[in-house]
Amino acid sequence: MTKTVYRRLRRPQTFFYLLVVLHVVVIGLGLSSAYHMEHNGHVVTGMNNHIVWGMPHVFAVFLIVAASGALNVASISSVFAKLDYKPFARLSGMLAVALLVGGLAVLVLDLGRPDRLIVAMTTYNFKSIFAWNIYLYIGFVAIIAAYLFTMMDRTAVRYNKPIAYLAFVWRLILTTGTGSIFGFLIAREAYDTALLAPLFIAGSFAYGLAFTVLVLITMCRSMNEKLMSDEVTGKFRNLLILFVLVVVYFTVVKHLTNLYATEHHGVEWFLLAGGGIYPAVFWFVQIGIGTVLPLILLTAKWDIEGEARFRLSVASILVLIGGVAQMYVIIIGGQAYPLDIFPGMEVSSSFGDGAVGWYVPSMPEILLGVMGVSIAMLMSGLAFMALRFLPQTDTTPDKTA
Amino acid sequence: MLGPASAQESARVPIPEPAKGRGEACVADTELMRRDHMNMLTHQRDDTVHDGIRTETFSLKGCIDCHAVDGPDARPVDISSPQHFCRTCHDYAAVKVDCFQCHASKPGEADKTAAAAPHDADVAALSDYLEGQGQ
Amino acid sequence: MSGERETAPGRAKDQAAEGVEDTRRGFLKGLTAAVVTLAPGVTLMAYPEGAAAARAPSDAVTSKVRWGLLIDVSKCPDGCTDCVTACNEENGLGPVTRPRTDAQWIRKVTVRDPSTGLKRSFPVMCQHCASPPCVDVCPTGASFKRADGIVLVDKHICIGCRYCMMACPYLARSFVHEPLQDQKPYAPRGKGTVESCTMCVHRVDDGRIPACVESCASSGKAMVFGDLNDPDSEISKIVRTYATSQIRADLGLDPGVRYQNL
Repeated sequence: MTKTVYRRLRRPQTFFYLLVVLHVVVIGLGLSSAYHMEHNGHVVTGMNNHIVWGMPHVFAVFLIVAASGALNVASISSVFAKLDYKPFARLSGMLAVALLVGGLAVLVLDLGRPDRLIVAMTTYNFKSIFAWNIYLYIGFVAIIAAYLFTMMDRTAVRYNKPIAYLAFVWRLILTTGTGSIFGFLIAREAYDTALLAPLFIAGSFAYGLAFTVLVLITMCRSMNEKLMSDEVTGKFRNLLILFVLVVVYFTVVKHLTNLYATEHHGVEWFLLAGGGIYPAVFWFVQIGIGTVLPLILLTAKWDIEGEARFRLSVASILVLIGGVAQMYVIIIGGQAYPLDIFPGMEVSSSFGDGAVGWYVPSMPEILLGVMGVSIAMLMSGLAFMALRFLPQTDTTPDKTA
Repeated sequence: MLGPASAQESARVPIPEPAKGRGEACVADTELMRRDHMNMLTHQRDDTVHDGIRTETFSLKGCIDCHAVDGPDARPVDISSPQHFCRTCHDYAAVKVDCFQCHASKPGEADKTAAAAPHDADVAALSDYLEGQGQ
Repeated sequence: MSGERETAPGRAKDQAAEGVEDTRRGFLKGLTAAVVTLAPGVTLMAYPEGAAAARAPSDAVTSKVRWGLLIDVSKCPDGCTDCVTACNEENGLGPVTRPRTDAQWIRKVTVRDPSTGLKRSFPVMCQHCASPPCVDVCPTGASFKRADGIVLVDKHICIGCRYCMMACPYLARSFVHEPLQDQKPYAPRGKGTVESCTMCVHRVDDGRIPACVESCASSGKAMVFGDLNDPDSEISKIVRTYATSQIRADLGLDPGVRYQNL
């Protein structure tokens, strides 16, 4: 095992600057969208009194979930002492913070009164899981900052182990908390299951790893160097397969347990077959593009070295698309299914009782959501330029990149 | 309304001239009102919204009813007019006031009686509150 | 902040010092007044009609009272929307032009039993639960239940996250999707905050009954408003004598709105 040297991203390829420009443009569009929504009210979005959480929440929850998963590589190296992952621990920690910040920015800018953010930070109702989450998020950033410090500072290294454990436990609590935002909604049939928390944790593993892999591969291209050995690429591939399968497992269990109870047949039919766009997104995007396709790509025979990494990056992108689709089905689909105010009855009213919720996302809210991803990517990119996050284990230039 | 010092300055510097209220006197001393009206309103707002306390002395509705300024059509102007009582000073001081995104900025139709007489007990209780807050 | 306040006008402090005497006198005066108003308050509680018990404007609401509504579904005519119109008029909601985003605090719901074909039509609004899920989930505490059981939104601290709307089992809440003008002085509402039926809290505090109940009195006479904690109120007598139900009683939220003949 060679000693890992860490360095900054210096004199990156044009490719990197192009990405920076892209993300700056997307962030600019996202901020303009937020201003547009704040100025005119949410009437300019597709959100309404039935679908109260829309595209911004899909992206925000996705990014927050991915954030805790991005820490996996660091946790595996410190907590489970797998030294192969050690060189990427710093990058994984930084990426986790960036993804969280991206997600929170979207969440905050979608508020009806974003100008009152200070109220959210100073007035708490401790019975609300939402209020708890505010602490979990702030704590996550603080703990990872400390964690990174123990990795990067020679004198603090003896605190690395306890902080690593704390960060690991904290990220599990954080994802449980995020999943519980939905799990605690007794009235909504699609959410009324304790399985949402483990499902979100499984999802976080897959999305966080996919983000880590993509960022690593982007950095390889930006530096025109090979940051991951073939062995590590293979390990990431195996992990991604495992995590995607765990998500499949919890998804199957969630639907099967619901199908067992007659009272949930309606909502299950809606989400799996009869609900129009929602089953379509579930089967074609979440399962087809986001699960089956990456599994095929990852498990097919690996021969050419460059192709292996290419496949891993494509699979990661597909897993992320599947993740957004999963959030879409859970968040929007769950709200679109009519509230069962009068069980067993046919209901109608001027307020849309008994009718499937209508939702077509508008451009501003999509841009606001995508902005979260760009914030996370830009923030990590700049951090890699500012501090020594990137490992240098293999100095052979990468010909294939 | 303005103190003697400000009157002297008005020769050089433009000074806002908020419209006088309709009643005999304001619910509290001008100096106190200038400095603490926002705290009075916040205090009253929490009492009213959460505890249903609806004394009129320090209610925003009371201010609006008493300090209504009539426009050219002899009807009270709303916050969109620069003559509005709140705006005369707030524009001058460049302090954004967002009460009227939700609250009515002019008296309601049936609501012109107003001009709440200052209630001693209310004033004393409030000045206790304001003093306590400062410590 | 404190510095500024410490140098606050000496006059104000003097006034406060002088005021001590006045305050004591005023306080005593206030006390006697309270006793006087308390006495009729007690007798008022015995009023059978939904008249609100008198409470001095300076007294805080207490949990001795629990305001409730009773809706007799059998008396609610099919096409009548008087309660909805009265609510919109009272609270400045205006007519619904965009059903997806416009606020509706009260709506007429038509319910049909598919197995028997029986059809009923009746109003649904915020059910003013004793254990409101909207209050549990609100991160800032803007959603709250007043001591007398009325569930409200403190729009001063509502950040517009809409978690309460996700949590409400009754679809009772609306989000204000656009800037508003010409609000009623006693019913403030504004863009970016969540709102719902207030049980006409400004009228209740004034000893009057909610606008929907008032309008219903001249049409179907299907609604009764009153104190569920007062055994002598009309609403208490009815719920004690006849079978009434709560919507989604299985959730155990104990709504303050009850339905008869549902």
